[in-house]
Amino acid sequence: MRDLKVTPIKNGTVIDHIPSGMALKVLKVLGISGDVTSTVSVLMHVPSKKRGAKDIVKVEDRELNPRELNKIALIAPEATINIIRNFNVAEKHTVSLPDRAVGIVTCGNPNCITNAREPVESVFLVTSRDPLRMRCQYCDRELEDVAGHIL
Amino acid sequence: MGGFKGRDVLSIADFPRKDIEVVLKTAKKLVPVAKGERPSRSLEGKILATLFYEPSTRTRLSFESAMKRLGGGVIGFAGPEGTSVMKGETLADTIRMVESYSDVIVLRHPHEGAARLAAEFTEKPVINAGDGAGQHPTQTLLDLYTMWDERGGIDGARIALVGDLKYGRTVHSLTTALCNFDVELTFVAPAGLQMPKEVVERVRAQGLPLSMTESLEGVVRDLDVLYVTRIQKERFPDAQEYAKVAGTYRVDAALLRDAKKGLIVMHPLPRVDEVAPEVDGTPHARYFEQAFNGVPVRMALLSLILEGSA
Repeated sequence: MRDLKVTPIKNGTVIDHIPSGMALKVLKVLGISGDVTSTVSVLMHVPSKKRGAKDIVKVEDRELNPRELNKIALIAPEATINIIRNFNVAEKHTVSLPDRAVGIVTCGNPNCITNAREPVESVFLVTSRDPLRMRCQYCDRELEDVAGHIL
Repeated sequence: MGGFKGRDVLSIADFPRKDIEVVLKTAKKLVPVAKGERPSRSLEGKILATLFYEPSTRTRLSFESAMKRLGGGVIGFAGPEGTSVMKGETLADTIRMVESYSDVIVLRHPHEGAARLAAEFTEKPVINAGDGAGQHPTQTLLDLYTMWDERGGIDGARIALVGDLKYGRTVHSLTTALCNFDVELTFVAPAGLQMPKEVVERVRAQGLPLSMTESLEGVVRDLDVLYVTRIQKERFPDAQEYAKVAGTYRVDAALLRDAKKGLIVMHPLPRVDEVAPEVDGTPHARYFEQAFNGVPVRMALLSLILEGSA
């Protein structure tokens, strides 16, 4: 058995099966930058039987909410999320991308009404999951660079 | 889609062939009213609000004419100057206010998706009169009406769309709508301004015969409809790119010499140099009729939306 280079966490969230190289994007999506107050472990290019290599992110003292799970689904569609309480896996989630993604990405079209000062959330229709393709319900444009437009 | 009453008109993609035909037939019946030959009071007591956040003389005036010919009233503005919009009011708030003053709202807005947003903030029907580079469904319906009326139908027509097919929203919507019919399409555009891939894919998915070319001369002879568009300076990212292609196509008497007798030349107007004035007097010119057709087509939509019939 291979040693995991990071020890188990007491409370928090473990995001596993992130595509190799996407861990830093996951941190960005979760709004984790330099000013953390609890430990955040990032493992990149961990050997994986299924995919050859994967990334793992462990965030201590924070439990992800459903909207955050949806956002992670955009960049890591096969990720698994374990909520840890007192060293035990209290909840296990697989992420899933809804058919309509509401309020989790901004439209890439600067002239879209959702980018004007209006009281609406962006709405994207997922037209394909692999490869991921999304279309803005308002301006009808397809979103290029999904990861770069996550809110 | 069934009934028209209370329905929004946001995108031509929401109109299956059956619905398009209802609009065209209703418009035909209303032509005498549109010309002022037969009075109508069918929309008496109803109020149309025309909210034009950017100017569009033809679209606004034809909507107003349509409503007034049917005995209805019109309120609205022709540009944002002097309105609460200039004070920073959101579109959502303006719509909620206007909803209580009118029965149907026509919206022209510089941002794509504005009409869909407006429709979410009101129970009253919203008609999209152009949202940025997005949709302009009533223009498409009047284009279809012109072809249908001139030819006695749309099926079987050989249609060429000419000009800026990349940025021109009119040609995108028209192509989408024509996919409901049995037509043969030719896209004529300078390199770099051809029809976007997704529109071409839509045509191919319908199995319609399609060709794409840079040469207008080579295709005119076989056509039934020549739909010419302006190369719009304002849609170009930079002036240099515009200068390279402006004036690429010019429809004149010489070009039309070998055309079929029944060929009609259409243009959404305003034109610059794409159609020479000498074409105006030929039996091919239909762009002024096309502009007039905006009135009966918009009357048809207003009648169907407000009354369920004409």
